[in-house]
Amino acid sequence: MKEYLLGNVAIARALFEAGAGVITGYPGTPSSEIVETAAQFAKRYNVHVEWSVNEKVAVEVASGAAWTGTRAAAVMKHVGLNVAADPFMTLAYTGVKAGLVLIVADDPYCHSSQNEQDTRRYAQFAGVPCLDPANPQEAKDMCQFAFELSEALELPVIVRPTTRVSHARSDVLLGSIEERAEKPEFVKNPAQWVMLPVHARPRHTELLKKQAAVADALNDTPWNRLTLRESEIGIIASGISGLYVEEALKQLDADISLLRVGTFPPPVALIATMLKTVKTVLVIEELEPVLEEHVERVALTCNPAVKIIGKTSGQLPREGEFDLLLVRNAIARVLNRPSTDVQILKAATEILPPRPPALCPGCSHRATYYAMRKAFGKDAIFPSDIGCYTLAVGMGTVDTCLCMGASITQATGIRFGGEQRPICCSIGDSTFLHAGLPGLLNAAYNKARITVAILDNSTTAMTGHQPHPGTGAMATGEETKAVSLEAIAKALGADLVETVNPLELDATIETFSRARDFEGLAVIIAKQACVTNARRAGVRRKPFRVNAELCTGCKKCVEFGCPAIEFDGEHARINALCSGCGVCAQICPSDAIEEVIT
Amino acid sequence: MKTSACDIIVVGVGGQGVILLSHVIGKSALKAGYSVRGAETHGMAQRGGSVISHIRIGCEYGPMVPLGGADILVALEPAEALRHAHYLFKDGVALVNTHPILPVTVTTGRATYPPLEDIRAPLQRISKTVKMLNATELAIEAGTPQAMNVVMLGLLAPYLPLKEELLVETLAESIKPKYLAVNKRAFEFGKRA
Repeated sequence: MKEYLLGNVAIARALFEAGAGVITGYPGTPSSEIVETAAQFAKRYNVHVEWSVNEKVAVEVASGAAWTGTRAAAVMKHVGLNVAADPFMTLAYTGVKAGLVLIVADDPYCHSSQNEQDTRRYAQFAGVPCLDPANPQEAKDMCQFAFELSEALELPVIVRPTTRVSHARSDVLLGSIEERAEKPEFVKNPAQWVMLPVHARPRHTELLKKQAAVADALNDTPWNRLTLRESEIGIIASGISGLYVEEALKQLDADISLLRVGTFPPPVALIATMLKTVKTVLVIEELEPVLEEHVERVALTCNPAVKIIGKTSGQLPREGEFDLLLVRNAIARVLNRPSTDVQILKAATEILPPRPPALCPGCSHRATYYAMRKAFGKDAIFPSDIGCYTLAVGMGTVDTCLCMGASITQATGIRFGGEQRPICCSIGDSTFLHAGLPGLLNAAYNKARITVAILDNSTTAMTGHQPHPGTGAMATGEETKAVSLEAIAKALGADLVETVNPLELDATIETFSRARDFEGLAVIIAKQACVTNARRAGVRRKPFRVNAELCTGCKKCVEFGCPAIEFDGEHARINALCSGCGVCAQICPSDAIEEVIT
Repeated sequence: MKTSACDIIVVGVGGQGVILLSHVIGKSALKAGYSVRGAETHGMAQRGGSVISHIRIGCEYGPMVPLGGADILVALEPAEALRHAHYLFKDGVALVNTHPILPVTVTTGRATYPPLEDIRAPLQRISKTVKMLNATELAIEAGTPQAMNVVMLGLLAPYLPLKEELLVETLAESIKPKYLAVNKRAFEFGKRA
């Protein structure tokens, strides 16, 4: 049966069809829908599906299950693997018992990420296989194959969809979901599971020995496809680039040799076969020249004269994502055909107002930042973190954004680096629980005099409102304990811990002012449910309106930056987007904003 | 050589229903026996940002409609129509809701919103068929402004290689039953517009 599925939903389906018993992950675009979907079916198929606290935790929980004989998957975005790099690198040494699959979604072009690192490099680094799907169907098939491969090689295996696979939709052929038959048991074996140096050394040798088996197991998989033609020019393409090449060749009506690669390490034998028949080879892959470097190496032994065109030669970019046009033009250049220009309406589109993503109308982060800036002044330093609130960069309260949890630690470093001005950093609740705890503990331990604002909207909003340990709900919706951020902050050593409702502006400003003047480590928890979540939960507040007779047109409310407030040239106006947070009414110096009485 | 039977771009602002509209088109195409490819915007850009969804009916290649390759551009917001006009094929069809959503750059006075005529003219330079209507108004008339995307679906229906009944059937499967009557009305309003 075929269904029209999102790539991530197809991947979730694959995990059930493959008989995974444990699925873990931390939300991150473009990977979030995999665990979300899996969680909906967890009960029905008796699978443990969890939002883990972070990716390191996710990989470790999944590896424990795999060592116990239960197939397991850990799901994350590319930068999540940085967080999980510690267990990941050594898991290649220990190996696994039941299949362990890491689904790591890359984001070429940084659609929703802070960098565009290439997970294939990590696989290479660790010495584990990596599968590079071109579309949702391949992603699904590869996930299922990955479990078999993981068990055959006793290695973790990475499946690496990109944004255009995870968030692609296409017709996907479904298989059946069988009852799982594993008999889980953790079998003690210190030589494999206890990585003392005395055990790690032989396991490293073991890992290196496995590499030949890895290459053998991947060479003939269906995702490595060679079509030989009598052409002097050939193309080797990886993952989704292979699809762009096939379409481009059809449009160009060019019948030339093509090797599509779906595995890393890539199929050396097939690459050699291709290289022996051509004079020029064009290597097409997004991000790093991983495949290209393999091709260069193979060429040294089988056809040193072959001309290799790709990233090293400067013909194809090493950054950003590819599309049909970019690939078609690259091929056209090599074939000496005209490239295609797109009619760009530069002059016409210059009149368009930019539409950057913005905090929602009524978002409490906007109020928190307003109060923070009022109290700390615009000269203070405002390190920040990763979440919806990073979108408030225009408010002047987001001075840094590096990686998950870095707000508190960078604030600490800015202080010890010699900055004398007040420092107030901001971090979301989910991000705080993900990677902020060690930073806060470190700040307390080393006596950093900073203020930490935890923007607590009781959800992981940016990635689609996933629950976390502070929310009282698990991935499946089941109730659980809700940990207290106040108690955590106190336990980690904060000297002053206060909770405020950011929609009460004066009280919030007053609290931030006290934190600014406090001689120690202050934590302010700005607690207010995410406005989108609150609306879904049925919370309805009365909207506000501007009394034009009282409005002086001072624009103080407009500068607040809420999408619900417009300016008609003379007066402010509140549009239908108003969610009734009431903060603008508190900002207005003329009392011109009032609740709509119905 | 043509590599897709019908390439469609749906654009708008996060929260306008771009994904639902795309989903109904794609799922209907699959029911009609076509292979379908699509690509969506999730994550960061959804927060009130500009969103784009690609649907390729009868296509087995990549999920994105190439620049200059869209047979149909459906814009749920006028500025977004112009922002994505370079996707439109020169004989393509542009269907545009004229009801603007002001970006925060405009509401805060840092940018101005262009008059509709400045959006229409460049579109007409690319394409002979540019249909602009206030779908939001029609949706309100049908019962709720949220059904604006379905008004646009009705407007789009005659240009798709898909039967209208199939679209309505898929629409019915994709929304809560209590909203069906309003949405069917919205579809009819769009079709007759």
